[in-house]
Amino acid sequence: MMHSRKKTQSYGVNERHQVVWLIVLAILMFVSIGFPLFQLFRKAFIDSKTLELGFSNFITYFQTPSLSHSIINTLNISLWTTAISVVLAFIFAYAMARTGIAAKPLFRYIAMLPLFTPTMMHGIGLTYLFGNQGLFTTGFFGWLPFSFDIHLYGSIGIIISEVIYTFPQAFLILSISLAVTDYRMYEAAETMGVGKISQFFHITLPSVKFGVISTCFVCFTLSFTDFGAPKVVGGQYNVLATDIFKQVIGQQNMSMGAVVGMILIVPSICSFIVDRIISRKQQGTFTAKSTVYVIKKSRMRDLWLTLYCSLISGCIVLLFAAVGFASMVKIWPYNLTLTFDHYRFYNAAGAGLSPFFNSVTMSFYTAIIGTAVIFFIAYMTEKIRLFAPLRQLLYFLAMIPLALPGIVIGLAFIFFFNLPNNPLHFIYNTMTILVLANIVHFFSVNFLSATTALKQLDKEMEQAADSMNVSFYRTFFRITVPMCMPAITGMMVYLFVNSMVTVSALVFLYGTDLKPASVAIVNMEDAGDVAEAAAMSMLILLLNLGVKGGYEGVVALINKHRSKRSDKLRIKANSLNSIKDSVGVDAHV
Amino acid sequence: MKKWVSLLLVSMMAMSITVGCANNSKDALNGKATNSGEKKSVETKNNKEITVYTALEDDQIQAYLTSYSTQHPETKVNIVRDSTGIITAKLLAEKDNPVADAVWGVAATSLLALDKEGLLEPYAPVGLDRIQDKFRDNAETPKWVGINAWETALVVNTVELEKKNLPIPTSYEDLTKSEYKGMIVMPNPASSGTGFLDVAGWLQLMGEDKGWAFMDKLHENVQAYTHSGSKPAKMAAAGEAVIGISFGYRGITEKKKGAPVEVVFPSEGSGWDVEANGLIKKPEMKEEAKQFLDWAISDEPMKEYNKNYAIIAVKGEGTLIPEGYTKNPLEQLINYDLVKSANSRDAVLAEWSKRYDGKSEPKS
Repeated sequence: MMHSRKKTQSYGVNERHQVVWLIVLAILMFVSIGFPLFQLFRKAFIDSKTLELGFSNFITYFQTPSLSHSIINTLNISLWTTAISVVLAFIFAYAMARTGIAAKPLFRYIAMLPLFTPTMMHGIGLTYLFGNQGLFTTGFFGWLPFSFDIHLYGSIGIIISEVIYTFPQAFLILSISLAVTDYRMYEAAETMGVGKISQFFHITLPSVKFGVISTCFVCFTLSFTDFGAPKVVGGQYNVLATDIFKQVIGQQNMSMGAVVGMILIVPSICSFIVDRIISRKQQGTFTAKSTVYVIKKSRMRDLWLTLYCSLISGCIVLLFAAVGFASMVKIWPYNLTLTFDHYRFYNAAGAGLSPFFNSVTMSFYTAIIGTAVIFFIAYMTEKIRLFAPLRQLLYFLAMIPLALPGIVIGLAFIFFFNLPNNPLHFIYNTMTILVLANIVHFFSVNFLSATTALKQLDKEMEQAADSMNVSFYRTFFRITVPMCMPAITGMMVYLFVNSMVTVSALVFLYGTDLKPASVAIVNMEDAGDVAEAAAMSMLILLLNLGVKGGYEGVVALINKHRSKRSDKLRIKANSLNSIKDSVGVDAHV
Repeated sequence: MKKWVSLLLVSMMAMSITVGCANNSKDALNGKATNSGEKKSVETKNNKEITVYTALEDDQIQAYLTSYSTQHPETKVNIVRDSTGIITAKLLAEKDNPVADAVWGVAATSLLALDKEGLLEPYAPVGLDRIQDKFRDNAETPKWVGINAWETALVVNTVELEKKNLPIPTSYEDLTKSEYKGMIVMPNPASSGTGFLDVAGWLQLMGEDKGWAFMDKLHENVQAYTHSGSKPAKMAAAGEAVIGISFGYRGITEKKKGAPVEVVFPSEGSGWDVEANGLIKKPEMKEEAKQFLDWAISDEPMKEYNKNYAIIAVKGEGTLIPEGYTKNPLEQLINYDLVKSANSRDAVLAEWSKRYDGKSEPKS
């Protein structure tokens, strides 16, 4: 008796509302993730002429040497990038986590800089440094007695750009891996008289092996799918991402585009699976008894690593300074008079400043709507007790975008929303589709950080509220949302910044009047208006730094005002942020 | 404060979700009737709004359009601009559901290709009799009408040539000399109209076999094939390349801006094409689109075209030769069969891609 009454009680108003919400959310996610992906598969596996199901498109692809050669090129790029980036970032992260060098915050900020710009900017910077008229190639316009030419255009240029692009992401994951360790191991080694080098190979490396593996996959995936850098410095070196662009935009050959899209997903899926396995295994290496790593004094080590970090930071700063400088000179390299003309985008192939404002609007909507929707979905999957199958379905749908490069999302969206008989066809070429593409693109990362934040809240709050028959909306808005504010605002900033820099999905989807800034950069670069492209990149960088800096400033102020009580919370929030950053690496492809 | 923020969040979320729901239910209602629904929305938009696809240069379009918007302030023109190849591909892809109402300033060879697919509606714009025969479709009610012609030009960076102690090339033949190895940039004919007129021009000028043999040799010297026809000129102007195979207008504008370049019209003659207009065939063709096509060959825009191009489509004495062009621009053009080029377009592009696209980068 008791039992059954309890059951009828639990299907009260709240539950009915919840199940409706769950269904609505599931439909929304099917429409924006499931269906488009299905269309992509269909396009890839259905022959474009005979309309038969099968591998004929793939066969055509592999029989066209100019296309299939790109696979080898892309693998080549990605492997080199991964090797270089992981090594460079590992040393950098090691210096930050395990040494006593000065100016760590400065180094850290500089290392993060490439995250705030479209990848085209790295390529543009490189052309000004190492292109045929670059600073180094010409020996600083002949002021220096020597000069060197690295033959930028082609694989070398792409690899350097991708290293710059993946470096901060690799650095973030490795920093977290290096931060979590058990110092007792080192103490034991010390008492047993094990040498420093041996300690490094037998304790440090094994303890971060999962971090390193996952970094490798992330770097590989990012460079495998990046479109911006190869577009600018690729020269005649074709890679998969630029092939998609040529096939789809240039020749409107959708089936070939879909085939390349399928190939692009492969490493992301591997990376996704490996990441899942690792995150399961990693639990338990760090226990409550573990002690915090103590940095020992070593002047030699600190000196060398300061030098190393300065070198890396110097390179990044130099690259950005080159773009900034080039955006302000009249005619590089023949007339170095300073001017702001390029910032007027007068006559350039990008339609003035409007793309910049389009991007700002788009990023703003993405940040607000994206955060609201993602957080709510995370709440519904995490905090509701009933309807487990529905919630698992939502969770599954929410994780799919983690394996989708932006370019694939863009492609899937055209295939789905451009179907003439799709009732949602009307959002094609509008702001809605851009915002939707961005939300899907960055969905999983933010979903995970929202879930993490929600997990840290005590479940009993919901249960108590529920037992007192408080409406779950009230619980959600009065308790959950305020408690998770740090995570929510973090998500907003993340969504804004990444929407400003992303190009891959948008390049297929923008309407005539709504060209985003990142696409304008691609167009201007295509037309040869490189100085204007540089200027637009600078605007994006400055705005993003402003937003991120402003946010950090506000957070710091709030933290300062809080009492000591909140110290613990702050640590939590920080660790949360770093977790988010670490999973965030997959996002801005 | 917190309350306020969460309230904002709620309303935003509620909005986005209800909008989503509303859409869903509306879709469910509309169901199969989408096609008619779509047309309706176009119809309501029809209200003095046209979409024009063009491959004209970005920096020209605004100047050209000023006279249109003063004459027809009530009509909003949505311009979709991209390189010739892209615009052509886009129009072909949208052929079952055309978005564009008219094309303006797109290569005649491309329009001929579109015509083969039945995309163009014959229309005789007002003032058609003023257009030279060479620059229009010769049917009585033409499917395409030209506005100006543009031609191959070499844009040569003199500073870089001097540094390397090399002479200025004056002919196509010069470009194949080994001393220019890795210095030449040209547009990819698949995406760029200029690239296509270069390639098709060589094939007609030299004949198939010799033409391809020439391009094989040229390929040895090419540093990169670019997406657009302007980029080679701009790269030469910036010294990123030494010689850009581009078109007259672009080279001359770069020179005017102060870049150290010379514009060379090759001695064998220039390949050329006509930038032309046409009406897109669709269920409801708008009066405004026809009005636009009338305007596009009227005096005022012709004067504007003439500021940039030496050869404009109207007959008569009044045409100016803009600064920087050779004295007799018409004589510079090679004998060129547009229709033949258009018919062989697909085959030529396929052959070109097979030969030169996707090879690993040439070592410079």
